[in-house]
Amino acid sequence: MILRTKLFGKTYEFPDLRILMGKANEEKSGDRLAGVAAASTAERAAAKMVLAAVPLWALRESPVASYEQDEVTRVIFDALNETTYAEIKNWTVGELREWLLANTTPPEEIRRVSNGLTAEMIAAVTKIMSNMDLILAASKIRVICHCANTIGLPGTLSSRLQPNDPTDSPEGVRASIYEGLSYGSGDSVIGINPVDDSYASVARLLDMTHEIIKTWEIPTQNCVLAHVTTQMRCLKNGSPVGLVFQSICGSQKGNESFGISVGMLDEAYELAKKYCVPAGPNYMYFETGQGSALSANAHHGWDQLTLEARNYGLAKRYAPFQVNTVVGFIGPEYLYDASQIQRAGLEDHFMGKLTGISMGVDACYTNHARIDQNGVENLAVLLTAAGCNYFMGIPMSDDTMLSYQSTSFHDTAALRQLFRLRPAPEFEAWMESLGLMHGGILTEKAGDPSFFLKR
Amino acid sequence: MDAKRLNEIVEAVVRELTAAGLSSGPAPAQTAVPAPAALPPAPAAAPSPALSALVVDLEDPTTPAARAHPGVQNPADADGLAALMEATPARIGYGCAGARYRTAPWLTFQADQAVTQDTLYRDVDENLLSSLGLFKVQTRVTGGKQEYLLRPDLGRQLNEEARQTIQQRCTRAPQVQVCVGDGLSAQAIESNLAQILPVIRQGCQTAGLSFGTPFFIQYCRVGVMNDIGDLLQPLVLMLLIGERPGLGRADSMSVYMGFRPQKGHTDAERDVICNVFNGGTNPLEAGAYAVQLAQKMIRFQAGGVKLKLAEG
Repeated sequence: MILRTKLFGKTYEFPDLRILMGKANEEKSGDRLAGVAAASTAERAAAKMVLAAVPLWALRESPVASYEQDEVTRVIFDALNETTYAEIKNWTVGELREWLLANTTPPEEIRRVSNGLTAEMIAAVTKIMSNMDLILAASKIRVICHCANTIGLPGTLSSRLQPNDPTDSPEGVRASIYEGLSYGSGDSVIGINPVDDSYASVARLLDMTHEIIKTWEIPTQNCVLAHVTTQMRCLKNGSPVGLVFQSICGSQKGNESFGISVGMLDEAYELAKKYCVPAGPNYMYFETGQGSALSANAHHGWDQLTLEARNYGLAKRYAPFQVNTVVGFIGPEYLYDASQIQRAGLEDHFMGKLTGISMGVDACYTNHARIDQNGVENLAVLLTAAGCNYFMGIPMSDDTMLSYQSTSFHDTAALRQLFRLRPAPEFEAWMESLGLMHGGILTEKAGDPSFFLKR
Repeated sequence: MDAKRLNEIVEAVVRELTAAGLSSGPAPAQTAVPAPAALPPAPAAAPSPALSALVVDLEDPTTPAARAHPGVQNPADADGLAALMEATPARIGYGCAGARYRTAPWLTFQADQAVTQDTLYRDVDENLLSSLGLFKVQTRVTGGKQEYLLRPDLGRQLNEEARQTIQQRCTRAPQVQVCVGDGLSAQAIESNLAQILPVIRQGCQTAGLSFGTPFFIQYCRVGVMNDIGDLLQPLVLMLLIGERPGLGRADSMSVYMGFRPQKGHTDAERDVICNVFNGGTNPLEAGAYAVQLAQKMIRFQAGGVKLKLAEG
């Protein structure tokens, strides 16, 4: 294998696709930590040029971990449509980029070709795209799913209501839910990250959120983001569950560090179809994020973007209602500052959509990263332009349980106004019926949690 | 076009918009481009009487009472709103300006974040360290806070000079060794150390445990405990370290504890007392608890998960 180019008379040569893929990434602190980053900006540019000339078949033959070695690779390869793959296998990465961006390429064609792409191909094309490329290409792809309501329709933007409480206090959670609903948040899911992963505590929060949904006849789904095994126990014991959640990783070894396997997720999916409350057919919810495989030393020497693409290939197996990257949560040693977090957010969103899943983003940061709220607001605007399905809705963006900052109830309302978007149609009709929203805009009654004290 | 003409046009447009109900904006004259004559006076000129009389003198918006103040205009249930706000530390009930935050809670949010940023990029006060008799060593981080944040691996290893200093100045093989690390918050150390350290020292004395020579580690990560364990061979090592600051909370410290810490140990071999600050786990109580935990580790000859299993 020869992978090299001349640049201003100097030769840049790369020993294999793993090294080439690492060096072709935009600057990320995590790639430096992993020792796969380009040594100079010129080397990065050279790597992108060489990668653009690589045919797609070569990437299929170079997965992060082999088919025999890794079940995530097996999931992705087994799902590949061989007819579609045969059509495109001789395209170069550069040709794939231009095909995605071409005005003559209809969105349905992208959805079809997506079934012939492996995660490594999706990662490769992402590396040679600019931020606006990522926004434009992603905006062409809509992935629409249904559970109790519909997510991803053109002209809509949904919001996960994330009413976390540092002690799992049901009354604290309830107060944040009322606040969020009053701003039109909660159409993607009312989803709580619990402090206490025990069955009793998780079951109690499921009951409480379900009761609010029933009392107010809200067309949405609930979820408590405990470990999947706890949720499976809840399902078997009759708890009211809307979506079944799990954090996933891009390699088998990484998933083992999360205490999960493909077999376990398969079982959870079957239980979800058997016991979840809403109509479906999409019942699963996954979270991902660049750097998680590296932090578990489960990255097989590859860069964090490629591992992230494999998350989406795994998620696709379960036709999830929604998937989001938690893009700034991991810390500055993986994504250092505003430009790295923004870039990764746009990359992840694009890759998820190109894989064919309903994609949202937790645009967020921890306090030791070099970014502030303005940086996250910028990212949310960019992602809305890219057609992101949903964001997190957190009281003033400050999660008092997870100690990080994300997007707020107000942010979703503002983004809907800015881009003339609506909530999920069922949810919008519900907001209208209560007089909280009119013509897609919040009314004078909105933004008042005490509105929900009357039932 | 001269400035006067431009002003007239802008005023006319704003009048029309206001009449059409499309803008209730500020007075037209203020939105116009100021004519050269309207430029602010030079700094040397005396301020106008109105300006001299201007007083902006604000109450602290970060007190619990100020934070409890609701911002929703015309709530459906004012008492209910107060009760909902009382039920959670989340920032609810502050209302909105259109689809955005009202001014006061937004600026308070920014102030809360400012506190976390300032503590992250600041060093622990040297006077505090010397007043408590701590000498200072450093990990392998050489590139300041930025490298500290980017390279957690370097923050887990002592540099060569530190290894020599520690070997020269510290008692070997004490029953309890205490170290202090800046971690991600200088303020956490400054707020808690003077309270917790004497309690631990006194507690060890009362319990009859030998107390090693305490010292401070700059650019410190928890994993440095393994290096210290290999050098000094303590039975129990306590690392007092600044936690990652939360929004508006920079003073939270953790006490990490290990039994015979050594190369290869992970968090599974450690115990931690977290959220140490006045308002969370009180530093005096945390110190007493740490000594109890040290006694237990020595009794069961184990730490972390093994200690839990041994306790049954």
